[in-house]
Amino acid sequence: MSEKQKDFIRIRGVSKLFGDFVAVDNVNLDIGRGELFSILGGSGCGKSTLLRIMAGFETPTAGTIEIDGVDITHLPPYERPVNMMFQSYAIFPHMTVEDNIAYGLRKDRVARPEVTARVDDVINLVKLGEFRKRKPEQLSGGQRQRVALARALIKRPKVLLLDEPLAALDKKLREHTQFELMAIQDQLGVTFIVVTHDQEEAMTLSSRIAVMEKGCFLQVGEPKEIYEYPTSRFVADFIGTINMFEGTVTQLGDETIIVNSAEAGTNLHALGDHAVEVGQHVCIAVRPEKIFISRDEPENADDIKVRGVVDDLGYFGNLSLYRVRLSSGKVIQVSSQNRQRSAKRFVEWEDEIWVSWRPRSAVVLRD
Amino acid sequence: MAAVKQRDWWERVTIAVPYLWLLVFFLLPFAIILKISLADPVIAQPPFTPTFDEQGSLSITADNFLFLLTDKLYAVTYLKSIVMATAATILCLALGFPMAFGIARSAPSTRGVLLLLIILPFWISFLLRVYAWMGLLNNYGVINNMLIWLGVIDQPVRLLYTDFAIFIGLTYSYLPFMVLPLYATLERMDIDLIEAAQDLGASRTEAFWDVTWPLARAGVIAGCLLVFIPAMGEYVVPYLLGGPESLLIGRVLFDEFFVNRDWPLASAVTIMLLLLLVAPIVFMQRNQAREIDAQQ
Ligand SMILES: Nc1ncnc2c1ncn2[C@@H]1O[C@H](COP(=O)(O)OP(=O)(O)OP(=O)(O)O)[C@@H](O)[C@H]1O
Ligand SMILES: [Mg+2]
Repeated sequence: MSEKQKDFIRIRGVSKLFGDFVAVDNVNLDIGRGELFSILGGSGCGKSTLLRIMAGFETPTAGTIEIDGVDITHLPPYERPVNMMFQSYAIFPHMTVEDNIAYGLRKDRVARPEVTARVDDVINLVKLGEFRKRKPEQLSGGQRQRVALARALIKRPKVLLLDEPLAALDKKLREHTQFELMAIQDQLGVTFIVVTHDQEEAMTLSSRIAVMEKGCFLQVGEPKEIYEYPTSRFVADFIGTINMFEGTVTQLGDETIIVNSAEAGTNLHALGDHAVEVGQHVCIAVRPEKIFISRDEPENADDIKVRGVVDDLGYFGNLSLYRVRLSSGKVIQVSSQNRQRSAKRFVEWEDEIWVSWRPRSAVVLRD
Repeated sequence: MAAVKQRDWWERVTIAVPYLWLLVFFLLPFAIILKISLADPVIAQPPFTPTFDEQGSLSITADNFLFLLTDKLYAVTYLKSIVMATAATILCLALGFPMAFGIARSAPSTRGVLLLLIILPFWISFLLRVYAWMGLLNNYGVINNMLIWLGVIDQPVRLLYTDFAIFIGLTYSYLPFMVLPLYATLERMDIDLIEAAQDLGASRTEAFWDVTWPLARAGVIAGCLLVFIPAMGEYVVPYLLGGPESLLIGRVLFDEFFVNRDWPLASAVTIMLLLLLVAPIVFMQRNQAREIDAQQ
């Protein structure tokens, strides 16, 4: 089967209540075979709970989960074709690295020579060779993370669940490990579901991302799609930086809508067949890198142009960040690539400038 | 240099304190007991012969120990004490483990209350609590009345003044000493470990034996020692709840000392008891030391 199975995991109407508290709220989701799928959300939004439901540690209050066509909703954890890497790693402190990794196979009564061979394989995969006889407390944080990964991978699960796999590592190691994780996933072709609250991590790692808030999925899509076409204020704000202009729809064209925004001090055009009505309150959102700065009025008549004053600027090597105060008093962020090498800045503090962007760079967000 | 010296000095002082404590309150009394155990009983004040006679030469005897080793009564009593203490320790462990586990896994708000309930009996005199058991166990006590009322039996069953009563009494008295150290180890244990074991294919029972039990070992050992050692020498429980024929070593000790006023023999009984208790402690300590070595 060369065609990737799109609904390898099918989550249908899954909810979880703790008393009155809704931790997971009617989640529907398909995940394809071999995907590296991220669930992204702030603290307490229900990410871990959803993962624990998939692993079998929580029973959903409603809904079903199927993996590879088999309903696993009511299977105990030890009968699921799923393994989990815990946020705390949960390495058995009384066993050596080797015994930790072999544990899953021993529980399955796999023959001893095969256990040895497979342990060797995974230990090589995660580069733990010289540590195999050690006890967990003699390992560094990064090494423990590898033990946890190896232990969860050795049973060749259909799905590997990873709860904040990199959160306990320092920044440098985290970036390095990210790529290793991706390489291992690519090599084994196992479906990974990664929970994270780090949006950069989710953007780099994943084939697709689900953004979660208060137990609900707000948006599911490829990283680029989520970044460029957020469908809600929460998602737009949560992923990267974005400028938002509140306003009211005044005119609807075939492809464009016109929004009157006091915050921008002008009418804003945006593209798209958005399901909005005249008079509706909406928000126009523009990413900082989609906005241009110029000293003179931009010539292109279609562009949205607003006057402003440079409030603050910062030089970050590859790019410059500007904070621009518009005449309405609203401060927006603009970023631009430093393409030319020059010691002289082309704008300075308190310079009067123009900011402009293409209508199709703007996203219309309803409430 | 001066700072290092000062630290050395402090280290010595802090180490010296427990050693001094042991010397004054353990080793010294032990030496006195040992000395008495090697004397002959006399009707005098004190009721034993001095270690050195008038000529200043050493006058000691191993008679008391020989008597202990040759008289079958003592061997039987020691054995019975060991059996009783072991049985009580096992029952305490069987009851205490689930209790400690339950408390450790309960919500933090209820945990305090449950722990308080475990400690609460200590607020009432030990003697009173054992008396209360006499009220529960006697022929017209709560338990017999209840069983008759339920129709399980029609004649009262003799519960009080039996080995069974001693067994119940010991278990009841020392259960908190099992629960508390077990709770301390189980509470520290990460619940993720059990879930990880289940995730990797272990059933609940397997996860218990593979993860919970080995990680609770330190608590199990501490709890068992805290129950077994005092249960071995227990006097009040067998005296109040046991029959005249249920001779345990604590009671024999008391009788030799206060009834027969045979201090040398009583001291010999004590020394033997101590030897019997030291064996398991040394064994456990060795075990623990080896484990710590292995971990390092
Ligand atoms: N066993 C439980 N009983 C009651 N409430 C719970 C329980 N487990 C989780 N919750 C609640 O459900 C919500 C979601 O918890 P969850 O652990 O899924 O959050 P999370 O998204 O993983 O957060 P974090 O990023 O901090 O790990 C939280 O508000 C939490 O308090
Ligand atoms: Mg979590």
